[in-house]
Amino acid sequence: MSWPKTLDLHVAYYVCGALFALWAVLSVLDKDNRKRWSNGLFWALVAVSFIAGDAIGDVGNGVLVIALALIAGFIGLGVGKPATTTPQEREVRSRKHGDWLFAAALIVPAVTFVLSLSLMAPQLTHSPPLTLFGQPFLGKDLQTVVALAIGIVIALVISMLWLRPGPVTPFQEGRRLVDSIGWATILPQALASLGAVFVAGGVGKAVSDLTSSWIPQDNAFAVVAIYTCGMAMFTIVMGNAFAAFPIMTAAIGMPLIVGRLHGDPVIMAAIGMLSGYSGTLMTPMAANFNVVPAVLLNLPDKNAILNGVIRAQIPTGALMLVVNTALLYLLVFRF
Amino acid sequence: MEYLVLLGIALVVGGFLLRLNPLLVVVVGALATGLLGAIAQGATLEPKALGAAFIATLKTLGKAYNTNRNITLIWMILPLIGLLEREGLQERARNLIGRIGAATVGGILLAYFVVRQLTAACGLTSMMGHAQTVRPLLAPMAEAALDKERATPAPDKVRERVRAWCAAADNIAVFYSEDVFIAIGAVLLIVGTMKGFGVNVAPLSVSLWAIPTALCALVIHGARLLMFDRSLRRETEAGE
Repeated sequence: MSWPKTLDLHVAYYVCGALFALWAVLSVLDKDNRKRWSNGLFWALVAVSFIAGDAIGDVGNGVLVIALALIAGFIGLGVGKPATTTPQEREVRSRKHGDWLFAAALIVPAVTFVLSLSLMAPQLTHSPPLTLFGQPFLGKDLQTVVALAIGIVIALVISMLWLRPGPVTPFQEGRRLVDSIGWATILPQALASLGAVFVAGGVGKAVSDLTSSWIPQDNAFAVVAIYTCGMAMFTIVMGNAFAAFPIMTAAIGMPLIVGRLHGDPVIMAAIGMLSGYSGTLMTPMAANFNVVPAVLLNLPDKNAILNGVIRAQIPTGALMLVVNTALLYLLVFRF
Repeated sequence: MEYLVLLGIALVVGGFLLRLNPLLVVVVGALATGLLGAIAQGATLEPKALGAAFIATLKTLGKAYNTNRNITLIWMILPLIGLLEREGLQERARNLIGRIGAATVGGILLAYFVVRQLTAACGLTSMMGHAQTVRPLLAPMAEAALDKERATPAPDKVRERVRAWCAAADNIAVFYSEDVFIAIGAVLLIVGTMKGFGVNVAPLSVSLWAIPTALCALVIHGARLLMFDRSLRRETEAGE
């Protein structure tokens, strides 16, 4: 573990790892949780991933994922219930604090906004980018995510100075929430990894061979519709339009829409990707968009294949697929 | 033989249908797909060859898991959200709706939808989200608006439906407007992939062609939100 010289993604990973490590300790100390050791081990492994993920190698990370899955699947996690305020106390406190509570909640988006803008402004004005200790400000990768992490830390510090909870209270409150989310905290990350294994295993080629074998190659509308619907179907399976895009574009988009029918590659690519998002709206495989909010909002059917969030999205997703197919067909051969 | 890997997908779908633990299903599905892929590509069924295929899959899985840690980073926000909830943030969000005269569920969700689309189109996708804004602010506001038009609190089924629609509004708004921003991951992926096919694509042109879809999403989901208000009103009238 080398000490980072700039505020980048790795600093955010260390902070997040320290937080999960603290949750591991607090879980083990929670005598009311029957599964406290299981929770402690699970959060400790997540902490290891954040702090030492780059040091333990690919095999080490693979073993770590398997261990997390085994704990979740066979031992299970308990839900710690650290003390919090009652609804009546909250009503009283909300009146005391007033609308300043919104100000505290809005620090995160405000800081994210300002920091992201400070990255974009030099590009727009063609001035040199901002640096910090000679390194690019906020690092090179996923700068808005780093900005978000900084916003979270600033908001937490200000809120603690204002509200004066005990030093551990926010982290116990955080544990109340993270325990209620449980293993679903890392499901989106695990699903993204599954997508990588699917691609490496040749799932993409198998699917594209399956579709291109029966396609009516000279019917422009049929080709466009198979491309857009294929994007959506593939995204439903993979949970991610990014995984579907290179495969469907290699199988149908480039050889047929661009090559054979002389469509515009830019329009095809832009609207093709957007067609995939209809699939994202309809699948539990896109866990961070469809399962995580169901858990956060305490929906009773959160683990159903078509939970309430997905059911609310299906009509819009289906209509948007029709719209994108029509737009692609009307625009791609015209420009 | 090539189609053997599709069994991995079938395994994942089957595991989900049987309601097994999804995390376990995903990891077992990944390991099985890796092995099936190796067999489809000609690996023999001897222990040595299978062992090598297993290690290769383990590496792919571990590497992908490590590079995708940014997805899990969002939970850093939980101590802040927990603290503000403890001090009455959700109660205050409900109170705010009480003070705004004409607020309806669909109206609140539509206002949120528009703000979310505009900020995402400027590249600020992480500014709002399920943990950042939907749970602490949007959902309590929508539920307060729901109760406002009723003499008695709404039944749980209706409240759950409203909460699900809050999450849906966030997803739909961000999906169909983030590509309007030139430096978002999707646009960069399109540019990179097309370059691989020998086609040079300017990020700006990809962004421009994303605008018609963004506008259609606003019209379609906006109309659905207004219809959602009408269906909630009908439900209220039928229930009272």
